[in-house]
Amino acid sequence: MTSTSLPEMLEDGPTQKALKGGVKPRRYGSWYVAEARLRTMRSYLQTMLATGIGTPVIYLYALGVGLATLVDSNMGSGANGGVTYLVFVAPALLCSAALTIATEEFSYPIMLGFKWNPTFFAMNAAPMTGGQIINGVTISVIVRLVAQSTVYFVFMLVFGAVPGPWGWLMIPVALLTGMALGAMLMAYATHLKEDKGQFNYIMRFGVIPLTLFSGTFFPLSVLPDWLHWIGWISPLWHGVELSRVLSYGYEEPVWLSFVHVTYLVLLTVVGWVLARRLAVTRLNR
Amino acid sequence: MPAPDASHSSAPDSVISARNLTKKYKDFVAVDGISFDIAPGESFGFLGPNGAGKSTTMRMIGAVSARTSGDLSVIGLDPDQYGPEIRSQLGVVPQEDNLDSELRVRENLIVYGRYFGLPHSYLGPKADELLEFAQLTEKAKARVDDLSGGMKRRLTIARALINNPRIMMLDEPTTWLDPQARHILWDRLFRLKEQGTTLVLTTHYMDEAEQLCDRLVVIDKGTIMAEGAPSALIKQYSTREVLELRFGSDRNADAALKLEGVADRIEVLPDRVLVYSDNGDAALQRAHDLGLKPITSLVRRSSLEDVFLRLTGRSLIE
Repeated sequence: MTSTSLPEMLEDGPTQKALKGGVKPRRYGSWYVAEARLRTMRSYLQTMLATGIGTPVIYLYALGVGLATLVDSNMGSGANGGVTYLVFVAPALLCSAALTIATEEFSYPIMLGFKWNPTFFAMNAAPMTGGQIINGVTISVIVRLVAQSTVYFVFMLVFGAVPGPWGWLMIPVALLTGMALGAMLMAYATHLKEDKGQFNYIMRFGVIPLTLFSGTFFPLSVLPDWLHWIGWISPLWHGVELSRVLSYGYEEPVWLSFVHVTYLVLLTVVGWVLARRLAVTRLNR
Repeated sequence: MPAPDASHSSAPDSVISARNLTKKYKDFVAVDGISFDIAPGESFGFLGPNGAGKSTTMRMIGAVSARTSGDLSVIGLDPDQYGPEIRSQLGVVPQEDNLDSELRVRENLIVYGRYFGLPHSYLGPKADELLEFAQLTEKAKARVDDLSGGMKRRLTIARALINNPRIMMLDEPTTWLDPQARHILWDRLFRLKEQGTTLVLTTHYMDEAEQLCDRLVVIDKGTIMAEGAPSALIKQYSTREVLELRFGSDRNADAALKLEGVADRIEVLPDRVLVYSDNGDAALQRAHDLGLKPITSLVRRSSLEDVFLRLTGRSLIE
């Protein structure tokens, strides 16, 4: 026999109180999780600031200034679509920095929350749902990606690496590039029961080769045709190409720019939806 | 021996009510059709060995694990549909600590309170009050990893209280703690009970169950073996006293045979013989009269351990 207490409880109050207690968490839960994650990030703030400022300075100087003298004097600026090597390589540096951060934030921290220091289970024992936890983590990483990319962009301006007026649009593109790979990685980390070096493997044989062969430091056309697929599947290539269009008006067909955006958005959404579902499954033991 | 009796019919004022509650993982039945009611303000325990289905039951009540079949109502709501609503009224102390080790002690309370949608203006003073309650005021700024096991548990309990829960859910609250830390914890839980908080706890320690539970169910292999107040269960399933005799491991069984008829019931464990009798001293005298010479003898009150042994033929802690 089931409990017949529902109507009585409604009058008495406790049930009513519970229904009320669920309103705010259901509505704002994702933001509460994001708030907690950003608070956690604060303990790494110094490291984040150091890398956030150090990375653009070091890379822009080393490649955009140092290596560029060699490239520009040997090739002439014609080889890179009529711009200096600095202008050519800067959008790629911006996007790969976003990719690196997304890889970092969507791998170990997810495993941490589900396994090593299972705070996600604690959130779920409070009113938070699996979907809200994934949302909150995502929001907090977006905040970091936007901040990092903005800082990067400012340094690009300082180095004189952004000739066009639409260059600032590279910030959302860098964000999208990071999210495209990051969301997929988040889904994988949500599913992964134990890390036996998989993340390390993904980093070494996935992210680093992508960084090198996605038309980043040299155009994809330099590679033999049979290696072009690397670019086509790489979110980084799509992000970098789009960024070049925005930075210095790199010429490509409009439909291709459309493909870039679609591909990046698609990966992001698929990874995010998957991660939400997997999180619910994993939390519901 | 599941015996549906008067208490198993509808209980309109119960805060938690389960009927034939079942949880299966593929072929494994973790919880096998259990029924129980918990009244508001009651302190209710699930006593059983590891793997009996206690934690699974707790997770189902806690609205974080969907049941396979049966009915479950928590604060008048179905956990399958009203998870966040139910969880907004619970304070959960899980078996394994899941404090955020990237946050400081006090921050752990504040951040957790936010998940309930509570404002910072409320959480600040509340966190200080709970730190006081948990005797952790001096540790407010400490790192979680620097706390002792007992302190971590107290912080977890403080965290569970941040939303003024109607129901406290405690899964093996004092496992791994040293005796002193356990007593501090029991004291804190007892205060909560005095304040009218409903306590639901699992344990495989009979002394803990006796200390904290008004009523409990003995659970084994996913089913309820018995239900009642600790003292009533002892009265029903055991004698008032128990005589423990040790003859040496290879002679216990022989001695037990000779003791037949001396007492109501004899249990032979690997290391000792338990003689169940309302008068332990008299039983010991009779054993001596029979010419038995135990190496050691001890007369004690019956405990829930004896109830469990009687019901399942096994010890609680194996």
